Amino acid sequence: MFGFSALDLARIQFGFTVSFHIVFPAITIGLASYLAVLEALWLLVKRPVYRDLYRFWLQIFALNFAMGVVSGLVMAYEFGTNWSYFSAFAGGVTGPLLAYEVLTAFFLEAGFLGVMLFGWNKVGPALHFFATLMVALGTLISATWILASNSWMQTPQGYEIIGGRIVPVDWLKVIFNPSFPYRLLHMTMAAYLATALFVGASGAWHLLKGRDEPAVRKMLSMAMWMILLVAPLQAVIGDAHGLNTLKYQPAKIAAMEGLWVDTPGEAVPLILFGLPDMAAETTRYAIEIPHLGSLILTHSWNGRVPGLKSFAAIDRPNSTVVFWTFRVMAGLGMLMILLALCGLALRPGGRIFRNRLFLRVALLMGPSGLIALLAGWITTEMGRQPWVVYGVMRTKDAVSTHSPMALATTLGLFVVMYVLVFGTGVGYLVKLVAKGPSIHDDPHPNEAEIPHKRPARPLSAFPDRPDAPIPSGGTR
Amino acid sequence: MGIDLPLIWIAIIGFGLMMYVIMDGFDLGIGILFPFVRDHDERDTMVNTVAPVWDGNETWLVLGGAGLLAAFPLAYSVLLSALYLPILFMLAGLIWRGVAFEFRFKADENQRWFWDHAFAWGSYIATFFQGVCLGTYINGFHVDGPSYQGGALDWLTPFSLFTGAGLIAAYGLLGATWLIYKTEGDLQRRMRALSQPATLALLAVTGVVSIWTPLVHPDVARRWFSLPNLYFLIPVPVLVLATSVLLLKLLRGDAQLRPFLLSLLLLFLGYSGLLISLWPHIIPPSVTIWDAAAPPQSMGFALVGALFIIPIILVYTTWAYYVFRGKVRAGEGYH
Repeated sequence: MFGFSALDLARIQFGFTVSFHIVFPAITIGLASYLAVLEALWLLVKRPVYRDLYRFWLQIFALNFAMGVVSGLVMAYEFGTNWSYFSAFAGGVTGPLLAYEVLTAFFLEAGFLGVMLFGWNKVGPALHFFATLMVALGTLISATWILASNSWMQTPQGYEIIGGRIVPVDWLKVIFNPSFPYRLLHMTMAAYLATALFVGASGAWHLLKGRDEPAVRKMLSMAMWMILLVAPLQAVIGDAHGLNTLKYQPAKIAAMEGLWVDTPGEAVPLILFGLPDMAAETTRYAIEIPHLGSLILTHSWNGRVPGLKSFAAIDRPNSTVVFWTFRVMAGLGMLMILLALCGLALRPGGRIFRNRLFLRVALLMGPSGLIALLAGWITTEMGRQPWVVYGVMRTKDAVSTHSPMALATTLGLFVVMYVLVFGTGVGYLVKLVAKGPSIHDDPHPNEAEIPHKRPARPLSAFPDRPDAPIPSGGTR
Repeated sequence: MGIDLPLIWIAIIGFGLMMYVIMDGFDLGIGILFPFVRDHDERDTMVNTVAPVWDGNETWLVLGGAGLLAAFPLAYSVLLSALYLPILFMLAGLIWRGVAFEFRFKADENQRWFWDHAFAWGSYIATFFQGVCLGTYINGFHVDGPSYQGGALDWLTPFSLFTGAGLIAAYGLLGATWLIYKTEGDLQRRMRALSQPATLALLAVTGVVSIWTPLVHPDVARRWFSLPNLYFLIPVPVLVLATSVLLLKLLRGDAQLRPFLLSLLLLFLGYSGLLISLWPHIIPPSVTIWDAAAPPQSMGFALVGALFIIPIILVYTTWAYYVFRGKVRAGEGYH
């Protein structure tokens, strides 16, 4: 079909659906923790600004969560529909990990989500906070299991191949495989960063629009502190992750860096920019900095990094792609650190809330966390190719035997549907963000006398006052 | 021999799928009933009866998929390959339905009709293709070792289209009786009225499937009609009839919760009937649960978690239902 093989189409379909999906859980992970912090602060210090922010971000969380659930449901089945030979071969490992994710995370999130979204007046404050905590915990547990599974596919261990299929022999080794701790930390921090950048951009937008209110200031301020803390930490984790990848997946590093020739004893340069050419086995137009490659990748002045030519041509990942996706991720990461430092410098005298250039940049950087996250995932997943389970099973041997026609039909269906559904959803999400938090300068937030005055079909899960009865039709 | 892990796992997956069918069944039923209710406020009330719980209900479907992959990876890979198109169509329906829960409240007033349609159509499509998968499953698959040997459109048979339509009646009944339980007044009255034809339709579907299946599949006929099996199994159809009669009687009265419970019982009985017909095959008509089982190391590891955690899940799920107990009233909201 249009020159694409069934394997290409299956990969495009999976890559497309998983890329759409990952954006939502990343924000879910970040917002759930943010909401838990906001509710804790509200319960501790009782300043209405925290409650207002909680209610504001809860609506966005609800919308985002729903999109994560439905796009994730597809993933749980696509392993079988698109990669049936992989599932039959490696299901003994990936299946139990996925089952644990459902049992310990999905149910926890779903079970307490209803109370979190609709239960403000149904249960006491402590119980409601507990529900928020359980949802936040669920998102983190979910990340843990799915990343254990993904990391095992990257750096498999603790298994034997018996009778033509994978048999797990040591579950601790399977779960705590070499790349798992790095990937878990890297992804969790990426989710926190992406959320902080998104929250910060929302605050910046309102300030640029002249809504200089305590809740708006608070969200920008909290976001910038978070970025200041997490962005440098992420760089350190990413660096450690790189060392780990060099040890276990050297071909991936060679492709990420556009290195072709192995030069033992000689320092490896860092190719800042260039165009890796898979056919000519070289990186064109390379701008190099001597020694820096060795220094970054091995933490030594003359450290050795194998080149792609050390690997058979059929075992090489596509350097043209991962060279660039890696640079997008790393470059955005540096901009994030820079943004946080500028924010810190502008804090004295509250200039951080008034400097329009800073606010514009913060707004522009809003999606950068998600872009970096996607670029990073493309790097690590395409860098694993041509393997589905690294060194054990090739992707071409994993794919189901569907006709290109069937795949093209469903791919077309999903592209149209995802763009329509999630495009609209993101539109609603931005609309909600643009509405901004409702402000209540109420010194006695626990009085419930004032009746709400809202139209019958509100946009929010909450009434104007969380302690007032909720109007009809009020859902998340 | 020691513990029969495949047996325990099929029980867990069977339980998970049953939970899915009855719980997401009434959620999907709400969407199926949308065309019969035109009023905006009533539609809001209908959606609000399930808004806090639908997500948890759908999670049982994910457990079904994950459990199958964990315990019977061969079945997971063969079944999902064979059912590729209907499953993706079902997922497409679930996507529209799922986001519509959120979107119909976030959309501008003039776009709401679109998401109401998405909610209803999504529910119909998801239900129909679940039914198609069911029918295809009963018909059996052409397999060779770990791979599916049939075509991409093997699922497209009169029988599977019939079971697709039949499941719409089943979920519609669950939705209607759920609404009898959760609403009052005019909406409740109409749901009571709708439940009667839905019950009759479900009874007819059950009857047709019960006759059609043994006629086409001699194994199933032998399972049910040979002696002494017949004596043990005869209670199933008798209970179906008795339940339906009682349900129809209650629908003419003022019962609130009992019609819903009886509908659940009907679905459960139908589900049991299927299990009896197909046992012990996980990929009908030839692959048994023992043939398709994962390595014991995989089943054992996942079993520890399942046995420990599922009871906890049931506890907090029950609690969530308890928090949102009682009638949902139009113009008041309950949360």
